[in-house]
Amino acid sequence: MLDAAAIERALRRIAHEIIERNPDLGSIVLAGIPSRGVEIASRLADIIESLGKVRVATGAIDVSMHRDDVGTRAELPRVQASSLPLPLENKTVIIIDDVLFTGRTARAAMDALGSFGRPARIQLAALIDRGHRELPIRADYVGKNLPTAPGEQVSLRLQDVDGEPDAVWLIKEEKP
Amino acid sequence: MSSEIRWQRKDLLGIRELSAEEITFLLDTADAFKDVGTREIKKVPALRGKTLVNFFVEPSTRTRTSFEIAAIRLSADVINISASSSSLIKGETLKDTAKILEAYHADLIVIRHGSSGAPQFLAQRLKSSIINAGDGAHEHPTQALLDLYTIRSRKGAIAGLHVVIIGDILFSRVARSNIFALLKLGAHVTLVGPSTLVPREFEKLGVTVSHKLDEALETADVVNLLRIQHERQRKEYFPGIGEYIRLFGLTKERGRRLKPDCLIMHPGPINRGVEIDSELADGPQSVILEQVTNGLAVRMAVLYLCGGIATP
Repeated sequence: MLDAAAIERALRRIAHEIIERNPDLGSIVLAGIPSRGVEIASRLADIIESLGKVRVATGAIDVSMHRDDVGTRAELPRVQASSLPLPLENKTVIIIDDVLFTGRTARAAMDALGSFGRPARIQLAALIDRGHRELPIRADYVGKNLPTAPGEQVSLRLQDVDGEPDAVWLIKEEKP
Repeated sequence: MSSEIRWQRKDLLGIRELSAEEITFLLDTADAFKDVGTREIKKVPALRGKTLVNFFVEPSTRTRTSFEIAAIRLSADVINISASSSSLIKGETLKDTAKILEAYHADLIVIRHGSSGAPQFLAQRLKSSIINAGDGAHEHPTQALLDLYTIRSRKGAIAGLHVVIIGDILFSRVARSNIFALLKLGAHVTLVGPSTLVPREFEKLGVTVSHKLDEALETADVVNLLRIQHERQRKEYFPGIGEYIRLFGLTKERGRRLKPDCLIMHPGPINRGVEIDSELADGPQSVILEQVTNGLAVRMAVLYLCGGIATP
C-alpha cells in the first residue's frame, strides 16, 4: 500500500503539523510505543530538526503493563522498558503509534504516561489509521488513512526495526 | 531486531525445565519492570482483579514480603497464609488445602513448602498459576533469577563468568537453581564447602567441586555465599563454626585477595562473622542490597508473565 517514499511523505506531513500546532517545540516529548513507534518517533525528531527547528525530546512508553486484555492471550510478547525524559509536568507528550486500530493501545499508553507524571497535554500521532475503533479515541496527526475490512491486516515494516525495506502491506484473509 | 520468543508457561516450578532463551526472556522482562519502582506512581494495572495467595508453609519474611510488594505493584490482591495460621498443622493434607485455595478462585499461588515437589503437586491439580518460592532442597527459581539479573546488570553478561558458590550446597535449593541457571547461560561454576555439604556427585551437573576456597577465589568474578542454615543443620554434616570460618568464611583477609571487580552476593539473611565479615558485606563489592531491589523486578516479571497468560 505504501512504499518507502510514501512513508517518508506521510512522516513529513505529520512533522509539519506538529510544528504548526505546537509553537513551543521545546516542551514537546515524542513518546513512541515499542518497537516501531519508537523508531517513528526518532524519525519524526530527525525531520523536525532538518526543517531548521530544535531537536525535540523522544522516549519510549511501553503499554504491556497497562493493557486491558490480561489473561486472554495464550502467549506474551517481550515487555520493553519505558524511557521518558522526566519530569513530564508542563510538557506536551505526543504518543507515537505505528498503526492506529481499536484505540486500546492508545488508551493503555495514556494510562501508562499517567504513572510517570502529569503532562500538560497528551496528543496522539499514528503513521497509519486503519479504522475500526472500539473506544472514543481519535488521532491528532495521521500519516495515512487506510480504510480496511475487518478480516484484513495492516503490516508495517521499518528497516531499522525489522531489517526489511520500509513498506506498508495490506494482508487480506484468504478465502477458504 | 524484535525477538520472536514468547512466554507460554502458567507456572514457574523450577529453573531446570527452562531453556536458556526463557531465562533470558524473564531477565529482559524484569528489566522493563525494574523501571516501575522508580516511577512517580509505582503501580501498574497489569494484574488488576487477580488474586494472589502467598502460601508459605515454611516460615519466610524476606521472600514472602518481596512477592507481596511485587504483587501489589502489579495491582493484584494479596492474601497471606503462613504456617502458623494454616490448617495444615491441624492435619489437613496438601491436596485438601489446594482444593480450598482453588475454591477461593486464587489466580496465582506462591508456595513455599518443606517438601520437594509440593509446587508440582499443586500445578498438576489446579488451574491457578503456581510459583515456587522454595520447595525443600529442590529449587528456588526466583532467587536464582534475581541473582542472575544482578550479575547481568553489573557484568553485562553471564556467559564466560566464573561464579563461586560457597557453603551448604547439599541442602540448598538456592544453590541448585543457581547452578542450573548459570550453566544454561554459559557461566563456569565452582562449588566450595565442606565435603559433607559439597559432595563430588555435583560434578555430574557440569560444575567444579572444590574444598579449597583460596584457590577458587583467585579467578572468581562472582562469589555467592549461602547462608549456614542452622535450623536445618545436623551435627554430623557440619565442622563447627570456628572451623567453618577458618576454611570457608569470606574473611577480610580473603576479601583482599579477590579480583577488584568481583561481586559479593548473599541471598540473606546474613550470619555476619560466619559466612562473611561485616566489612565485606557492607563494602563496595557487595551487591546484597541490589539483590533485594532486583528481586522485586524479577518477581513482578514472573507474576506478570505466569499470571497474565490465558489459562484453558
